[in-house]
Formats: sequence, C-alpha cells, structure tokens
Amino acid sequence: MVSSAPIIEFSDVTFKYRSQQEPTLKNINLKIYPGEKILIAGQSGSGKSTLAHCLNALIPCSYAGDMSGTLRVDGQEPKKLGVFGMSQIVGTVLQDTDGQFIALSVAEDIAFALENDNMPQEQMFEKVADVAQQLELTNFLGNAPGALSGGQKQRVSLGGVMACDVKVLLFDEPLANLDPATGKRTIALIDDILKQEDLTVIIIEHRLEDVLYKDIDRVILMGDGQIVADMHPDELLSSDLLLENGIREPLYVAALKAAGAKINPADHPQHIETMNIEPYKKTVKDWFHSISMDRKETTSDVLLKVDGLKFRYDQARTIINDVSFEIKRGEMVSLVGKNGAGKSTLASLICGFVDPDEGHIYFEGEDLSKYSIKERGEKIGYCLQSPNQMISKPMIYDEVALGLTVRGVPEDQVKEKVNEILKICGLYPFRNWPVSALSFGQKKRVSIASILVLDPQLIILDEPTAGQDYEHYTEIMEFLHELKEKLGITIMMITHDMHLMLEYTDRALVLTDGQLLMDAAPEEVLTNDEVCDRAYLKRTSLYDLAQKCDISDAGEFVARFIDSEKSK
Amino acid sequence: MISYEKKDTPIHKLSGFTKLVFFLIWCLTSALTFDTRILLLMILLGGIIYVVSGTKWKQVSGVFIAIMFFMVINLTCIFFFAPYQGCEIYGTRHEIAHLFGPYTLTKEQLFYEFNVFIKYFTVIPAVFIFLVTTDPSELASSLNGVGVPYMIAYSLEIALRYIPDVQDEFHRIRNAQEARGIEMSSKGKMLSRIKNTAVIIFPLLFSTMERIDVVSNAMELRGFGKKKKRSWYSRRKLMASDYAVIALVIVFFVVTMIITFHDGNRFYNPFI
Repeated sequence: MVSSAPIIEFSDVTFKYRSQQEPTLKNINLKIYPGEKILIAGQSGSGKSTLAHCLNALIPCSYAGDMSGTLRVDGQEPKKLGVFGMSQIVGTVLQDTDGQFIALSVAEDIAFALENDNMPQEQMFEKVADVAQQLELTNFLGNAPGALSGGQKQRVSLGGVMACDVKVLLFDEPLANLDPATGKRTIALIDDILKQEDLTVIIIEHRLEDVLYKDIDRVILMGDGQIVADMHPDELLSSDLLLENGIREPLYVAALKAAGAKINPADHPQHIETMNIEPYKKTVKDWFHSISMDRKETTSDVLLKVDGLKFRYDQARTIINDVSFEIKRGEMVSLVGKNGAGKSTLASLICGFVDPDEGHIYFEGEDLSKYSIKERGEKIGYCLQSPNQMISKPMIYDEVALGLTVRGVPEDQVKEKVNEILKICGLYPFRNWPVSALSFGQKKRVSIASILVLDPQLIILDEPTAGQDYEHYTEIMEFLHELKEKLGITIMMITHDMHLMLEYTDRALVLTDGQLLMDAAPEEVLTNDEVCDRAYLKRTSLYDLAQKCDISDAGEFVARFIDSEKSK
Repeated sequence: MISYEKKDTPIHKLSGFTKLVFFLIWCLTSALTFDTRILLLMILLGGIIYVVSGTKWKQVSGVFIAIMFFMVINLTCIFFFAPYQGCEIYGTRHEIAHLFGPYTLTKEQLFYEFNVFIKYFTVIPAVFIFLVTTDPSELASSLNGVGVPYMIAYSLEIALRYIPDVQDEFHRIRNAQEARGIEMSSKGKMLSRIKNTAVIIFPLLFSTMERIDVVSNAMELRGFGKKKKRSWYSRRKLMASDYAVIALVIVFFVVTMIITFHDGNRFYNPFI
C-alpha cells in the first residue's frame, strides 16, 4: 500500500483565516497514501475541519485567508483547481445530510454533480443506476428527501459524490445526526465501499469509538492547529493522548485504564471484539469487586404521569401507541430510540403542541388537557436542539426576560428574577452582552435560562449535545446536572448519545415505532441485546468487556464504572 | 396548497416543456381575445383537460376559493369605477334599470363583465392543471429549455425543495415560543400577535441563513455553476404526442386570433 506515491501531501502548510490573529493550521506535514483509511480526530477548534477544507479547496477559495507551504492532492494544487476542479478528485460528504440533499428526488440528487458537468442524459441514467445499486438505493430512486430515513439520506449524499468517480472520499462528521445503530451501519458501509473501489477515505469525527467499529489505518490527532499524533489506533488507544486532547476514549479502554491496566498495542485494543483481553482479565475483575457504588434513593413523588397515550396523524399512521410512564421529581430521564420512533411527538404531546387521540397526561396529579400551551409552559419548559432556533432578542438580558415581560410581570420583579437566573447559569457577567458574541455552549445556556425564568418544574431538552465535542458536551451536561442539584429541576432529554444516557441519566425510556419498549436504568438498556437491536441503540462496549472478563452481571459492571468515573 | 401529484394520465405523460409551452400560449390567447365564443370554447376545452388530468377538487379548492374572492372584488370594482365601459366598447346602450346616483345597469356592461368573468375561467383550470401535473424538477428543466438561464430555473427547484423544511422549522419554533408564553393563537390581541411574530421570524431567519450557507457550500462542492450549460436528469424527450400538442396549440392560437381580429376589434359584439 505504501509503495506508491502519496495521494495527499501537506508540506509545511500554515493557514490563517483573514478574520483571525493566530493561524488555525501550523506547519502541517502529512502524507496520505492511496487506499488508506484515515481518521482525523480533534476537538472543536483543533483545526480538523480547516484541514479538511484545504482538501476540497473551500480553503482558500470560499474562506479567505493566508496560506503558506504546499499542498498536493493527486499531484494537483487545490487552490489552482478551485472548488469545482477539486470536486472531481475529492468527494465531500457533509455533516448535515438534509443540507446536502439538494434535489427533489434521490435519483436527481445522485445525478446533481453530473448534471452540472453537462453529462448527456443517457450516460447519467446509467451512472445513477450503477451507484444506486451499489448503495442499495434502487428502490428509493423516486423518493423525496422527506420520505427517507437519516441513514438513507446519508447514503444518497454518498451516492452524490461517488457518481463523480472521485479518488478521495472526505466525510465531515458523518455520525453527528444519526442514531447509534445507523451510525454503525454507515461506518460498515464506508468500509465496504473501500473494499470494492479504488478509493482513499478520510473521516473527520470526534466520536472515536463509533468510527473504530471498523478498521482504521491511521488516526491523525489534531490539537491546537498541529498534528499531535499520527499513529495506528492500537498505539493511540494505548497512550493517554486522546484524553489530553479532549477526545473521549472508547468506554472499554477507559474502563481498562480505570482498573489500572496498562494497555499494550500488541493486544489490538482497536476493537473490543477482537482484542486480546487475557492479560487484563484479573485486573478488571479485581477492580470490579473492589469498588462499590452509592445507590441513589429514589423519591416516590410523581411529577409527570403519562397514561395510555395514543396519537395518530390518520388511520394508517399511529405515531404514539399506548404509551404509559411516570417521571419522578428530581429525576433526569433520557428518551431514546431511532429517528422517527415518535420521540419528538411524545414531547410535543406533553407540551401540548398536539393533542392526544386517547390517554391522559397528569402533572402533579392534575390532568394537563385543560391547560393551554402557554399555561403548560409555566410548568414544563421545552428547549429546542439549536439555541439559534429560540433566541430572538439581540441582548442576553432581554432574551432571558422575554417570557416574563410578555406575561406582564412588573419590571423590578423581572429584573430580580432574571438576575437570579443569570447568576445560576453563570451568565451574569455577560448580561449586557449581545447574544451574537457568545459561544454555542453559552447560547445554549441562554436558551435554557430563558425557560428557567418561568420556574418550570420539568424541562424537556431536544438533543442538548448534538454535534458537540467532548469538552462542550461535558460543559453542557455538567451545567444541566448542576441545575438539577441546585434547583431540584426534573429533566427529560431526547438523545441519540449513548454516553450521555449512561453517564447522566437515572433512567431511560426506549421508544420504538410509537411504543414504549423499555423503561429501565440506562445500563440495563444498553446491555440488553434485543432492546438495542429493536430500538436502533448500540450496546455499550463495556458489556463486551464485562463478558470477556467473565463478569456475569454486566449491568452492575457498567453502573459501577460510570459511578466511579463521575466521582473522579 | 397546490402541489404536484404523481399520476398516470395522458396529461402527466406529456413533457414539462410541452405543458409549459401550451400553458403560455393558452394564457396569451385568453389575454388577447375578448371573443365570447372563443372564451366559451376554451372553458369547455379546459374543463375536458381538467377531467382527463385526474385533478381532484380538494387539491385545488383552497386556491380556487381565494381566486373567486378576488374576482368578485374585481368585478365589483369594474362596475363602480367604469359603469359604462361596456357601452363604450360595444357602442350601444341598452338600459336595464337605474340603480342609484350615476349608476345605471346596462346589458352592455353585464355582457362585458361576463366576458371578464369567463376569461378567469379559461385561465384558472390551465394554471391548476399545469401545477398539479408537472413535476417541479421537470418544470425547472423546461424553463431552462425555453431559454430561462439555468441558475434561475434551478433556484425555483431549490425553493420547492426547501419550502417543506422551512415550514417544519417554523412550526417547531412557534411551538417552543408559545410554550415560553408568547401568544400566537387567535386569543391574543391583533397588535401583540403581529409584534410576537417577530420572535418566530428572527430565529427562523437565522436558522434559514445557516441552512443557505450549508446548501450553497454543498452545491459548490458538487460543481453547480461550473459550466455554461447544464444537463437535466429529469428532462423528458419530446414524443410524437408532445409535438402534436404543441402544433395543435399553435394552430389554435392562430385560428383564434384570426377569428378575434378579422373585424378589426377584439370584442365579439352581439348588440349590432
């Protein structure tokens, strides 16, 4: 493989965005050879996206800045070929599959680049049929984007760039918007394509464990604009470089290290399934028996009770089918399941955006059906995925105060309340700042603060950490955890993130095809194969580790590990 | 809203280009002629095509009612602003009844407004049929086919592609804001409702801007705008039936124009 010349070669590349003082990429030297499968990891701001943008020539063609050093892709200089020219060599699959789906049907979207190349129609038909067959999209060719699942949309995106006969496939955080099982399938699909086609694959992702589901040749770890590590995953996982650079280690690796084991690259820690666990067995077992955990006492005070809920759009499509559960005061609960399982609809029912066909929702024992959306909003806060979907005022103070001012609360009371909430949320020093000056995490806090001023007892959050790297994920989740502790607020989160579910929530509600499949502790859910399969979840690798170490109670192992990590 | 629906009818089988040409010539004919006989014939033909195209009433009823509403306003306005337009056109004055003030109802005026009325009915079915039987992406390729630059033609397709997404986003944002207590329903006062729409519009605008950024990058990465010409996956080749329809509509146009203008006036006059 290494015998041929590199297809991508960075020599001393430095890049500085025009709007910034410091270069984002510093003296990058990197060679990538044809046929390799490379993972570029790094936290936000590490320069990994900038590196990718150099490859498809968005830098310097669309994002202006100063570039020095030389970059060659397939013998060419990207900045000379421009974005169009590079699109023939490097196919980019964007994170936002909805955004990348440009045309009105699958076939047309696959053909989009060919159309732009003015390819005759007959040739186009042939090419599209070819690509569709390879990606198992043949039966969906006429479908509109709205009629596809997240995984299918991603395959269409992939088809769209493969139709150009590119040499390099570049995936920009391909897993960000997918449920865990679909993400896993995407990784498997990329692997299959690489086996069939003469391609080089570059994946940019911070969800390391999910990408390592299939073999990776090298991981390029970025930190502060530089390449911190360029090594085989086995070696990388044996080192401490990941944590030092803000990347989450695979859970089984974290558990091995927590148990005090020193991982040896020769044992192939890349996949838990094939890793040689023998040398570590005893250490892990001893550790498991040595740690204990505090069982949290649960209150019996029921805050929200959902009873026999049913909702359908029409006779044919039942979205929520006979769902019943309870949420106790002070709990943190995750609502999980594949895309389209009815999670958002369930949240909409609780908030009163839609009315159920059957069943009741009780809040503190009171039937909610008599309350309007606005009245429910004072009990139950609802927070959308992106803070940009919620923030409507230019100044932070005004945004947080909005819910109170529209209710006609006197100004001095508003001020007192808003300041109190801003202090709790750590936003008080910024109160007179414009919203636009804040980071994503801070904006998220603003959007949560603007709900908290209404004193809700329950907050429902839609994907609070989607697309965030480990550091920002931790920042947001620790903030929510603090709210729970300080204000005694009950929190329900819709999420695809298995880590979040394990680490932060007391209980998981698993929804599949509108039915409640399981209502149990997260470690029980994620060690149950059947439930994981049906709900498109991903069984935690801690389960495999426990199994391989002959620990029969995998759930308990998971719970103790998470507990020990939290108390660190 | 009126939207394309896939069906298997002779109208759906025609290429978008044919339908666009037909639609444009048909509307031109209707705009130029005031010959009652031709207009009535066009209504009859339009009705037949409407039935053949399998268009369902509920697909178009909403828009139809809206058009009717504006038509009533239009006809009333014509009468109040130009009560003797008909007499001027037809050169005679047959009074029916004196109404009030300067307004007298005449046969000529009634006939004139009747013509305006049926003119609407020649165009309305054509619009409906065109929209519900033409695949939007084929429409874009057809527009490009009749000489509209592909950048413009494609922007139409993009708009159609993202309208449902923006609608979803709108509902999501509205719900979340309503839960914060911003009254959007009819319960609120009109003025505060208008003010409150700002809290939806701004986030919607910003998230739409973000989307535009992603989409334009995605399009550029896949070579949109690279070449002067662009081929279309969805363009249909013209079949014998397409040529026949185009020929027919051209002949129809010429004949109607001859009939309309052979007496040097585009009005059919039953009063002489």
